[in-house]
Amino acid sequence: MARKSGAASGNSLSAQRKRAAFWFLVPMLSALIFVAAWPLLRTIYFSFTDTSLTSLYDGRWIGFDNYLSYRELSSGRVIWKGTLVDPAWWNAVWNTVRFTFISVAFETVLGLMVALVLHQNFKGRGWVRAAILIPWAIPTIVSARMWGWMLNDQFGIINDMLLSVGLIDRKIAWTATADTAMYAVLAVDIWKTTPFMALLCLAGLQMIPRDIYEAAKVDGVHPIKVFWKVTLPLIRPALMVAIIFRSLDALRIFDLVYVLTPNSQATKTMSVIARENLFDFDKFAYGSAQSTLLFALIAIFVSAYIWLGKVDLGGNADR
Amino acid sequence: MKKHLQNVGFWCVVALIVIVSVFPFYYAVITSFKTGTSLFEVDYFITSFDLANYAQVMENKKFLRSIFNSVLIAGATVGFAMFLAVTASYALARVHFRGRSLLLMSILAVSMFPQIAVLAGLFELIRFLGIYNTPWAMILSYTIFTLPFTVWVLTTFMRDLPIEIEEAAIIDGATPWNIITQVFLPLMWPALVTTGLLAFIGAWNEFLFALTFTASEEQRTVPVAIALLSGSTEFETPWGALMAASVIVTVPLIILVLIFQQKIVSGLTAGGVKG
Repeated sequence: MARKSGAASGNSLSAQRKRAAFWFLVPMLSALIFVAAWPLLRTIYFSFTDTSLTSLYDGRWIGFDNYLSYRELSSGRVIWKGTLVDPAWWNAVWNTVRFTFISVAFETVLGLMVALVLHQNFKGRGWVRAAILIPWAIPTIVSARMWGWMLNDQFGIINDMLLSVGLIDRKIAWTATADTAMYAVLAVDIWKTTPFMALLCLAGLQMIPRDIYEAAKVDGVHPIKVFWKVTLPLIRPALMVAIIFRSLDALRIFDLVYVLTPNSQATKTMSVIARENLFDFDKFAYGSAQSTLLFALIAIFVSAYIWLGKVDLGGNADR
Repeated sequence: MKKHLQNVGFWCVVALIVIVSVFPFYYAVITSFKTGTSLFEVDYFITSFDLANYAQVMENKKFLRSIFNSVLIAGATVGFAMFLAVTASYALARVHFRGRSLLLMSILAVSMFPQIAVLAGLFELIRFLGIYNTPWAMILSYTIFTLPFTVWVLTTFMRDLPIEIEEAAIIDGATPWNIITQVFLPLMWPALVTTGLLAFIGAWNEFLFALTFTASEEQRTVPVAIALLSGSTEFETPWGALMAASVIVTVPLIILVLIFQQKIVSGLTAGGVKG
C-alpha cells in the first residue's frame, strides 16, 4: 500500500531506495555476523574437536566423541562416553526444563492477575505500576544477593517470618539444602519477572475495546465467564508472545543460579554446567558440545512453538 | 455489604502486590544502615541510621572502578548499537525488498540466542583480538544483544511514523540519508531515548560475558564485583557493605525507570523483547 508517489516517479527512485537500504543494512549485518554467527559456528566446530582452553588452536577433529562414543573392552564390555550419557548433564537438563516450566507457568498466571488488577480504575494505580517495576529494574545479580540475605539460614528474615507464623518449626538453609534450593531460585525468578509478564498482559488487555465488556454487562454475563470467554481469547496472541519470550529466557538462565545457589547439584542448569566445563574444568570442547546442545534445544523449541502455535512473532512485518 | 467486602478484598490484593514488589529492596536499605552485631538481628523497620557501610563502599577504589567500567561499557555499547540501528531500521521499516521479514525474524532470533552458545567462539575471538580482560571485550560481546534489540524496537517505531511526511520529503528530492537525518530523527527522539535506556539497562545488568571475559578485579563490571564480593573467608560475607553497594547501583536505575516508566512500558510492549 501507499507507495504510489514512489512508483509514479519511476523505477529509478525505487532502485535508489533499495540501494540505500542495502548500504544501510550492511554495517549492522556485518556486526551481527562478526559477534553472533561466527562465534556460534566456532562453538559448534569446537564441539567436534578435542580443543583445550590453554591451546585453542591445537584441537584435532574427533567427530561426535564429545557427544557420544563407545569403546569395547577386551572382556567384551562396552563403555559409553560423552555428554549424552553423562548423568550430570541430564541432571542439568532436568533442572533447566523443570525451572522453565514452573517459573513460566507461575509468572503467566500471576502476571495475568496483576494485569487484571492494574486494568481496573482505582486511585493510586500509577503508584502501584511504579512499584511493580522495581523488581524488574533491580539487576539480577543484585536481587540474587538481596534474596540470598533474606533467605540466609541463621539471620534471614524469611525464616524469621515463617517461624513467627508457625509455618516451619526450625530454621531452614533455603539456598544450601538440596530439597529447597530450586524453590529459592524459582521464588526469586518469579518475583523478578512477573512484572514483565504483567506489563505485556496489561498492554494486551488495554487493546480490548470497552464496549465488549459493556455489552456483556448489559446481558448480565457473570464476570468469571466474561474472563474465560472474552478476555482470555482476545489477549491470547499477546500472551503467547510473552510466554515464548519468557521460556527462551528461562531456558538459558545462568546468573541467578550461579550467584544464589553456587555449586548446587539441585539447581545447576545447562548454561551453568556448560560454562563450568568450558572455563573451570578445562574441558573446553566438552563444554562446547553442551553449549551446542542447548542451542539445538532452543532452536527446536522455537520451531515447534511457531509451528504449533502459529505465533506471528513478526507482528505486521509485511504491511 | 457484598460490594463493600469486594472492595476490601481488592485493596488487600493491591497492598499485597505493592508489599511483595518493594519489600526486598526496602529490606536491603534497612540492612545497609546497620553495622556490627545489629546486622544479625531481624528488624522489620529502620532501627539505626549508620552510614558506615556506604563510607566503606565509597572508599573502596576497586568498586568505584567497576562502576566506572560499567558506565563506560554500557554507554559505548549502546552508542555503537544505536549508530548502526538507526539506518538499518529505516531500511527495514520503510523500504520494500525481498526477504525483509525473513531478515527481521533472523535479527529477532539472534536476540533470543542462548548466550552460552556463543561463549566459546567469542572467547576465541576475544583472545585473537587481544582484548581479553579489557572493556573492549564487553563492548564487543554486548553488541550481540543490544544491536538486535535496538534494531527491532526502532523498526517498530519507524513503521508507525506517518507515510505522508516521507512522501513530502521524497517529492522535495530528499535522499534516504536526508530523510533519516532531517525528517525522522527529530521525530524519533522519544523512541531513541527509550530504546537507548532499555539497552543500557540490559548492558548494565549483563553477567555471563563480564564474568568470563575479565580476570583482574580492576576490570570487573558492577554485577561481577557484587557477585564476587566476599569477606576474608567464605563464611564472612560482609552483608552490610554488600547491601550498601547493591543500593548504590540500584537507586539510579530505579529513578530512571520511574521517570521514564510510561515510555519504558510502551517500548517493552512494542519490542516484545525483554530489555
